[in-house]
This record gives sequence, structure tokens and C-alpha cells, in this order.
Amino acid sequence: MKKHHESSASNFLEGVWCFLRKCLFSVLSFGPIPKHIAFIMDGNRRYAKSRNVKQGTGHRAGFTALTSVLQYCYEMGVKYVTVYAFSIDNFKRQPDEVHSLMDLMKEKIDELLMKESIVNKYGVKINFWGNLSLLSEPVRLAAEKAMASTARNTGPVFSVCVAYTSTNEIVHAIEESFVEKRDRIQERYCNSYADESIWADSMDGAISVTDLEQHFYTADCPDPDIVMRTSGETRLSNFLLWQTTYSHLQNPVPLWPEFSFRHLVWAVLEYQRVYPYLEHRRSLSKKKH
Amino acid sequence: MQRVQSSKILRFTLGFFWCLLHLPVSIVHLGSYLIKQLLYYMISSGLLQKYQNLQLDKLRYLAIVVESEEAKNTTKIKQLLSWLSSIGVKYVTLYDMEGVLKKSVETDLKSSENPSVADGNAVASVHQERMTVELLSFSDGKGAVAKAASFLCLQYLEGDSVGYNKMEPVFTETDVTNALKAVGHGGPDPDLLLVYGPARCHLGFPAWRIRYTEIVHMGSLRSMKYGAVVKAIYDFSKKHQNYENMPQFVYEHF
Repeated sequence: MKKHHESSASNFLEGVWCFLRKCLFSVLSFGPIPKHIAFIMDGNRRYAKSRNVKQGTGHRAGFTALTSVLQYCYEMGVKYVTVYAFSIDNFKRQPDEVHSLMDLMKEKIDELLMKESIVNKYGVKINFWGNLSLLSEPVRLAAEKAMASTARNTGPVFSVCVAYTSTNEIVHAIEESFVEKRDRIQERYCNSYADESIWADSMDGAISVTDLEQHFYTADCPDPDIVMRTSGETRLSNFLLWQTTYSHLQNPVPLWPEFSFRHLVWAVLEYQRVYPYLEHRRSLSKKKH
Repeated sequence: MQRVQSSKILRFTLGFFWCLLHLPVSIVHLGSYLIKQLLYYMISSGLLQKYQNLQLDKLRYLAIVVESEEAKNTTKIKQLLSWLSSIGVKYVTLYDMEGVLKKSVETDLKSSENPSVADGNAVASVHQERMTVELLSFSDGKGAVAKAASFLCLQYLEGDSVGYNKMEPVFTETDVTNALKAVGHGGPDPDLLLVYGPARCHLGFPAWRIRYTEIVHMGSLRSMKYGAVVKAIYDFSKKHQNYENMPQFVYEHF
């Protein structure tokens, strides 16, 4: 009986909190709301260290923070959320840590695909960006399954950068652009395999910025409006370097597991302050090109 | 008519609360600005001992991104360069999107007393006393990578005399770095990037070079302070003291 009272009380509070959030978001929407926010989720290990718990607990706390932040972003109307979950550089860490992170990722990917999760609530489309062949088999399969099962969703987009670095993405785009060009030229000159000069002439100056951008993992996604790295660090650490020409780079001090609703609201307010300038810059460059 | 009026009232109310929401942000910015100005004044007047001797061994390459409108103020740019030179910075990369700096600074430095202009494609390196200044614009970013990509692919085709129908080429990051050098866009990765403008935004600085660069927002060029530059360099040197003999990627932590 008591438990029933408690749960209905907490449901009521949850409802009130949800209503207040919606009011705040309507006020916030008076100004520009970012379409795409990218997060570098830095600080899980420091969080665990500061609380004298295992590193794995820190990462789990980080995942909880992630689901809340996703919920708030989607409620606010942010259509694209991207997170930097695991860099190619992180493979150089202790094997035990890498292994446990991989296990955690698989567990969380499976959790996201369950019925009651945020993915089904909002019809989220999930992307996994990165060199997925570097992942262990179970994680890679889970990621591919998640992408396949949410491919037709039309709701907000959640992109997870795993086994990713920006430079690796650029190299991958170069390889793909080359293959596409070569295949097109091959169709045109299908009788002249032996003629090297035709190849050389056709390929000369062949790859343009547009060609490259079509082969980026982020091709279907607009550039991020905000790139947020928690824990106050000022580096981008090889994350979306190409796509962040006009992105507002923010580095709030809280560690990622501490990142909460009020930090997100503050971040959007900061973005709204610089929006006129960034938008002006963006439109100026569009006119020129 | 009533509906239009009530929606106007609603909009006005929302707008009012929106301004109210922005109030604490503005107050915090103002407070932080005042504290910083005080700190910069104290640094410039030599009141704070720890900022007097800067350890520059970790800072090999410094980059500056300037908002193009502000970059037209050549006096400020020259002053900034002279500050950096006096601090002891050896290599400075100046970047602005539109290439304003390339036009103004290069002609200025060329006409000065000890010019040594090494003109290589889109990048001009001018040796000014003991400091090398590199000038970049937007075309040295994405455009340069596209050129490097074309170079790599051409090289691949020319070297691959046996069978164009081979499997997909596999390029490495080192290949791309070498290709960038070959097409005249190879420069060092800056350790520290100072952004002068209204927002903390790198405005298209060559992506390939800012993988692990610390990015610091300095405010507008118009109101630049010597103390701010010193503080940024000091903070950088303090942070990197802890990571002395480790390659950068090892201390990346999430």
C-alpha cells in the first residue's frame, strides 16, 4: 500500500517536472534552438576516481547522463545529437579497460533497442560512425543491428562516434571518392583498360571538396551548431574537425556524469548569444561560394 | 482579431521571460569579464610573479584565428605579433577565413627591414627576426585536403601499372600528411590556438592540423590585452607540464 502511494507520488512529481521543463523549453524557443548538438563525453574516469569507485561505474554513470541529456534535447526540439563515445586513440588504453568498455557498449546498445527505451519513444534513428571493423565482433554486430532496425525511423537522429577519428574519416572519404570516380571512369572507358594516360587525365584534379563531403559519415547530417566538451578541456581530440567550421565550441567545467538539465539550458543560452554572429558568417560564406 | 491579439500577448510574454532567462548569463559574463580585466592588468604590470617567466618548451607552434572583419585592423595584428615575439614564441600561424591577413600582413612584412619571404603556393612564410609567421585562409583547409586527395589518387594510378581493377586503395593518415606537404599545404600542428572574435569557433582552420590543439577564446581583437595572451600561454604550459614525456593521445581520457 505504502509502495503504491510512493510510486504514484513520484509519478506525480515526474509529471510536474516534465510540465515545468516543457514551459522552460517554450520560453527558450523564443530564440534559436540548435538543430545539431555534438557532445564529447569527457570525465567519466575522473568522476569515478573522485568518488573512489571503479572506472566501470563512472562509465555507467556517464551512460545515465547520456540518456537524460538525449531526452532533454529531443524535448527541446534538437533534431540531431552526436556523441563521441570511443576514439581510435582509446584502443591504446589498457586492454582490460578497452574490453570492459566494449562490453558496456554492447549492453547499452541492446538496452537502447528495447521496447521502453527512448529510441522507441521518439522514433530515433541511430547511426554508428567510425571504422566499425576495428570493433570486436559482438559490438560491431550489435551496432549494425541497431542501425538496421532504426533505419526507417523518421524521428530525431542519434549518432554515436565509435572507433572514430576525424582524420580517419577524411582518409576513408578519400578512398571512397577515389573508388567512385574510378568506377565511373571505368564505365566510360570500358574498352581502354590498357591506356594509362586516359586514366591519368581523367583523374587529374578530380577530387573536389564536394566529392569528399559526400563520402563522410556525416553526409546526411547538418554541421553541428554546438560542440560541447565537458570537464573543461579545450581540445577537440580529433572529433568532427571538418564539420565544425561554424560550430560554437563550448567547454563547460562539470564532468560528463555531472552534466545535467541546467547545464544544457545554459549551453543553449550561450549559443543563442553568439547565434547572430555565426549565422551572419555562415550566410556571408554561402554568398561567396 | 481577438486571436491575433492574444497571440501577440503570448509572444510578448514569452519574449519577456526569454530576456529574463538570459539575464543571469549576461550577469555572469559581465562579472567574469571584470575579473579577467583586473587579472590582465595585474599580469601586465608585473604584479603577479608566476606569470613573469613563461615556460615555452611545450609551446612550439602557436596559431591565431582572427575574425576577418577585425583582421583588417593591421595595427592590432602587428602589435599582437610583436607581443608574441617579445614573449619568445618561435612560430606563429595567422588564420582568417577570407584571406585578409594574407593580403595585408604579407605586404607589410615584405616592406620591412629584414624580409625573407618564402612563397610556396597558398602559404607565405615570412621570417621576422626570430619568429616565423605563416599566413593561412579558408582555402588552405578543405581545399588543400581535396588537392592532397587528388594528388594521392593520381600517384596511386601512376604507380599501379598492373591492373586498375585491383581492390580499393588503402591510404593511411601518413600518406595524407605527406600528400599535403607535396601540394604545398604541409604545416606544423599548432599546440595552442587563440581565437579572436565574438565566439569560440575555429572558422575553418585547416582541420588536419588541429587534432589535439588547445583552443582558447580571447575575445575581440579590438579589446585584446597583453595580460590575456600571457595568461593563455601560462595556462597551456601548466597543463602540459603534467604530461611531459607522454605522446599526446595517451592522455586523452573520457
